[in-house]
Amino acid sequence: MLFLRKIIHIVFVGALVFSSATANAILTITITEGGEGGAPIAIAPFKWQGAGALPQQLSDIIGADLRRSGRFAPLTPKQMPSEPWRDQDVQFKEWRLVKATALVIGYIKPVKKDRYRVEFRLYDIFRKRQLAGYRYTVSAQRLRAVAHQISDVIYQKLTGERGVFGSRIAYVSHERRNGERLFRLMVADSDGANPQTIVTSGEPLISPAWSPDGKRLAYVSFENKRSMVYIQNLNDGKRFRVASFNGINSAPAWSPDGKQLAMTLSRDGNPEIYLLHLAKKRLQRLTFHHAIDTEPAWSPDGESLVFTSDRAGAPQVYRKSVDGGRAQRLTFVGNYNARASFSPASNQLTLVTRRKGRYNIAVLQLADNSMQVLTETRLDESPTFSPNGRMVLYATEVKGRGVLASVSADGRVRHLFTLTEGDIREPAWSPHNP
Amino acid sequence: MKMLSRVFLLVFIVAIAGCAGDGAVKPDADDSGVTVLGADGEGALPGEQLVDDSGRPIVMRVHFAFDSSRIDADNRETVEAHAAYLNANGSVKIKLEGHCDERGTREYNLALGERRAQVVARMLAVLGVDRSRLTTTSYGEEKPLDEAHGEAAWKRNRRVEIIY
Repeated sequence: MLFLRKIIHIVFVGALVFSSATANAILTITITEGGEGGAPIAIAPFKWQGAGALPQQLSDIIGADLRRSGRFAPLTPKQMPSEPWRDQDVQFKEWRLVKATALVIGYIKPVKKDRYRVEFRLYDIFRKRQLAGYRYTVSAQRLRAVAHQISDVIYQKLTGERGVFGSRIAYVSHERRNGERLFRLMVADSDGANPQTIVTSGEPLISPAWSPDGKRLAYVSFENKRSMVYIQNLNDGKRFRVASFNGINSAPAWSPDGKQLAMTLSRDGNPEIYLLHLAKKRLQRLTFHHAIDTEPAWSPDGESLVFTSDRAGAPQVYRKSVDGGRAQRLTFVGNYNARASFSPASNQLTLVTRRKGRYNIAVLQLADNSMQVLTETRLDESPTFSPNGRMVLYATEVKGRGVLASVSADGRVRHLFTLTEGDIREPAWSPHNP
Repeated sequence: MKMLSRVFLLVFIVAIAGCAGDGAVKPDADDSGVTVLGADGEGALPGEQLVDDSGRPIVMRVHFAFDSSRIDADNRETVEAHAAYLNANGSVKIKLEGHCDERGTREYNLALGERRAQVVARMLAVLGVDRSRLTTTSYGEEKPLDEAHGEAAWKRNRRVEIIY
């Protein structure tokens, strides 16, 4: 318990370089629980082989990534017996003495104008073996992305699971400027760095959803004084309005093959779930009930969807095949269960549940219908699984301010995402970096 | 007149003495036979304006209980007043905008806000207003009247706005 309560403040300020002049709120991620107890790993400072200043120290970014996962405890520079950067420099014995289980070495070398070579190697100290080695040649702007990719390689080699450091998060920021409300749809790296505004509006923006290839976002905008669904490309910023029927147009969710968008429309008088075939522009109605049906989410095999319905008097989660048929109720504990989505392995749902007047994030095991409540705060919402299923990212509030938090599916590791000003809400975790 | 002012002076002196003594005003309890009483009826009463100069109802919001779209007796009066105005002014069209408090999920609240707007529309229709004069929309929990977090704010935020 003492261990769990211990709060370790390691703040990753990745947002020092700001590309957009209009965005000045900096996103920081703090480890609030589980920052200790990981496997000791040595990440030697990457050797800079150029003249002048090093554009970006990648070993720092890699160390922060691995620490944030809660599964590794990177050695401090003072704990390192030496600073090897070439294969021939590695002395396994000295790393065994400082109890490192693994060692990462590397260098950064300018090769021509704005081109840098990055090389790294990963060693297993006990087996005295090299586990991985890669070389990348990139522009200065892509150096952070290389660091996250290296973190993913290390994480996968050492844990057997895919890392999520190369993935991104989308979120909505909200602030007041001279009494006017300002909403921004943002995309940032998994460590909060490199935040980019993709939509700015004086009217609310909600429900961002990543396409399965990570190249587009669907979202809901109220810019026309009512909710409409848009799809926007991240590479060129082009966007398309895909639903502007009478009534509400909302809750977009991409099918796993990226060909369809499930949505909630009340064009027929009542909120129902529809599937929009994007290429054929054909609309198929999935639910038929006079109650509220909303918040669709696809199963990873694309064969069914879960959704929220109050057909039994209060919101509960149901599952229905894309081919139709009966809706099967999945939640029975409590009188408010909503906004469910599948884990990547299909065995769990994360959802919002009400307990003793609080709204909390829970994980429902589909095998036995058991539910674990992961949070204890008051107004938690919008849970989203990390692409490896290990973490759940959600929105909550601290002292009346909107913040994001993440918790590992086992409840051991927790993070807090805060903006220097304004509220942050509506998180969506991208798919794996392709 | 002289008598009265003398009594007032006496009361004043007693009051001052009381204050000087232990800091509290003592009731005037001598047995001089004078009776002093207050009287009510002073000042204008705070009346509630029901309609503006054109006869349009002033109250433009219908409020709801938590997670409910039922209209209680007080709020029914508001809807009835607007129905009467709309029936007397046949060309006027209105928009009904549903809102929720911040609790629960945003998308469910968007649907709940729409349901609230539709319930008001249906009641107006029952009271004789043609549905073609009514449009409904929902902002869910996205446009709170009161941005505080707590029961009082939540109560104000659960509403349908009647927009002329």
